[in-house]
Amino acid sequence: MSHADMTMGGHTTGLTAGPAFSVPAKKLAMWLFIIADTATFAACLLAYGFLRNATPNWPRPFHSITNVAIMTLILITSSLTMLLGVRAAHAGNKSAALRWTFITAAAGILFALLHIREWFGLIDEGMRMFQNPWGSGLFGASFFSITGLHLTHVTGGVIALIAVGIRYNSGRYRADDLEILGLYWHFVDLVWMFVVPLVYLLNLAH
Amino acid sequence: MTTAEGHKSSGIGRDVVIYICILALAGLQFVIAYQNIDASQMFVRMLIVAVIEAGLALLFFMHLWTESRSLMWFVLIFTVFVLLAMQYGWTDSFRLLGGAPWAK
Repeated sequence: MSHADMTMGGHTTGLTAGPAFSVPAKKLAMWLFIIADTATFAACLLAYGFLRNATPNWPRPFHSITNVAIMTLILITSSLTMLLGVRAAHAGNKSAALRWTFITAAAGILFALLHIREWFGLIDEGMRMFQNPWGSGLFGASFFSITGLHLTHVTGGVIALIAVGIRYNSGRYRADDLEILGLYWHFVDLVWMFVVPLVYLLNLAH
Repeated sequence: MTTAEGHKSSGIGRDVVIYICILALAGLQFVIAYQNIDASQMFVRMLIVAVIEAGLALLFFMHLWTESRSLMWFVLIFTVFVLLAMQYGWTDSFRLLGGAPWAK
């Protein structure tokens, strides 16, 4: 059997078939990463929920929602700016795509700074990884683990936004690459939608 | 429909509407936090709102709705299965609260 027969024949569809799920390999890889990362965050939140259920003197240290509300507003808005960047990239408007991508990165930096300021505020009040003045020391461990993991994702996302934005502008990356990075950024936003109610709002001091 | 085609066919207006919906739902979570209800009720209400928010973000911000149906079902079924498979330990967490001497 010739090579042409092998590639054109009906028995070799596996060799000539299109990409899995009809999406580019890079995008599929990002979706698989997102599924895996969902499991990571879910495991952390479940562990937190388990500890909270099993601990009678669970602290409720948050007196104000202002900071977390501003952080939420920034992160959700950054998802919109990311969408605008991807839309501009698909329309071939490079300067607008770069501008929106950098605005998204700036929003990420602002979010991270507010987050770190909040951490320092709690540390000033005496909260540590395994002790705090309000109750179970496990609160600090779960709080810093979950928000720290999320903050790491935001920081990585900001670095990626800047790097991909610059390379997109120089022509090394295409609009599709920006779109795939956008998936990651929206995922970071999506995770925050669960972190806020479970870690912050359920621990408000009434 | 590919995602790029999805970008062209859906205007920016829909993105803004979804953005406002997600913001409103996030605001609703903050309102629930100040309701005079017990923690379990509060948890359930907040979780329902968070799932709706996440669904909107997943389908429209991440354009899962305009990807191939096979990808959408793969992502949803696989993720939901993994999340459900993690739920086996809750009864044990309550048992610790009731049974462990240091929990009293």
